Amino acid sequence: MLALVSPALLVILLLIVLPVGWLAWQSIYHDGFTLENYRRIVSEDIYWRSFALTFEISLLVTLLALLLGYPVAYAANAVPRGWSVLILALVVLPFWTSVLVRAYAWLVLLQRTGVINQLLRSLDVIGEPLALVHNTFGTVVATVHILLPFMVLPLYATMQKIPGDLMQAGASLGAGPAHAFLRIFLPLSLPGVLAGCTMVFVLCLGFYITPELLGGGRTVMVSMLVSRNVELYSQFGAASAVAVVLLVSVLLIFFVVSRFISLDRVLGQK
Amino acid sequence: MRTISPARIALTAACTLVLIFLILPVLIIMPISFSSARFLTFPPPSLSLRWYQQYFSNPAWMQATRVTLMVAIFTVLIATPLGVAAAYAISQSKLRIMRLVHMTLLLPLVVPIIITAVGIFFVYVRVGLVATMPGLVLANVMLGLPYVVISVLAGLQSFDPTQEMVARSLGMNRLRSFFAVTLPQIKSSVVAGGIFAFISAMDETIVALFISGGQYQPLTKRMFTALRDEIDPTIAAISTLMTAASFMLVLVASARQRKSA
Repeated sequence: MLALVSPALLVILLLIVLPVGWLAWQSIYHDGFTLENYRRIVSEDIYWRSFALTFEISLLVTLLALLLGYPVAYAANAVPRGWSVLILALVVLPFWTSVLVRAYAWLVLLQRTGVINQLLRSLDVIGEPLALVHNTFGTVVATVHILLPFMVLPLYATMQKIPGDLMQAGASLGAGPAHAFLRIFLPLSLPGVLAGCTMVFVLCLGFYITPELLGGGRTVMVSMLVSRNVELYSQFGAASAVAVVLLVSVLLIFFVVSRFISLDRVLGQK
Repeated sequence: MRTISPARIALTAACTLVLIFLILPVLIIMPISFSSARFLTFPPPSLSLRWYQQYFSNPAWMQATRVTLMVAIFTVLIATPLGVAAAYAISQSKLRIMRLVHMTLLLPLVVPIIITAVGIFFVYVRVGLVATMPGLVLANVMLGLPYVVISVLAGLQSFDPTQEMVARSLGMNRLRSFFAVTLPQIKSSVVAGGIFAFISAMDETIVALFISGGQYQPLTKRMFTALRDEIDPTIAAISTLMTAASFMLVLVASARQRKSA
């Protein structure tokens, strides 16, 4: 049986375990051991600012995705089967469109001469076009759009397992719909909330395409710090250290979350 | 008569708005790709196929398309058998180490892709795989493996392993019984896993940004570079074609999965 898994395992070991190990090694070794690369992350403004910004954006994106995703998952769970298939299809549809295509779509929608500005101007809502893109706003909008399915799917999977008669039992005992929702449904859906939030937050921490294309150079997220250190400055040690800190953050989050819910629940969606 | 509560109306409205938010950006690309205008105007002044023409007549875009298709096809051909073998072993074996193996195979989903990309770049620089076809294919095999493993494991869950034991007790060896008894029953999930690996390779951008170059640049890398410089509706035409290809593949995959369920 081990012989059967070994080719796949070899590919994973050579192409992800080894490269990541190499990164870690490179971050502490350059003609001798050094912690210089890590010291820089703590002491230099652009590094820790970028980390702070990345965590802020990820938090914001996660909250927005939860706010937008919960009603959709709830509706998909509550309506008759035909409708729920339609809702889920609409959720999954953008999932399988290239992230690049979706980033492009948001550029088209949000830029100065874009669809939204044209529409608002023709309706005389605004005089001057709004700066909707090449900033943090554009990055957040596009990132929420891209990550939303990762929120809806685990929420829906969890809600499906909540027995419908529990709400009826609550109602028969005198709870109004709002009360029953808050006391019964919402607490039971929390594992789904945790799974969805974890996935969205973690994916957002490492997001690259949307901040690079829609951030206008001002929204420097951690991923861009990594790529710039490699492509522009050839600072491989610095890039590696940033990557290691990012990876450790991600693994730590997964570890903490795995104490509460099974990780299959988080990872099994795509 | 059923009364419609305000809460219900609010929920329906919220759900509809969010779904529009999800779908609209995907759809907006299409009219733009058929527009005759050089600059993005919506609605388009008149319809034309000039951006498709531009795409199909540009040798650089065509070369990139060939690279993308080759990479995706080779990825499926390699990742599918590796993934099926691994998933089969994980589901049949009672060894405790298999749990660890399973987690390891899902690593590409856990490690942020930018880290994977930079790490692979550093390794490829050492071994001379940067800007080569084998380098691109290998990286995409690694990224596609988890999809095959997850899909096939799900398929194997509904398969009763005693059937295979019966076949073996009747004298088939393990390999023959797998191909004769097991594989036909999990065929749908194998096909679905392969299709997901194909789409993953077709859409992959970030690793390609670091490790591809020269004549072996896939479509996504060229698109990314083009988007950084200026927005040209040719991208809309390519995006429309890519989206159409993904959707058709997903339809096939989900029809397959439903059949197996």
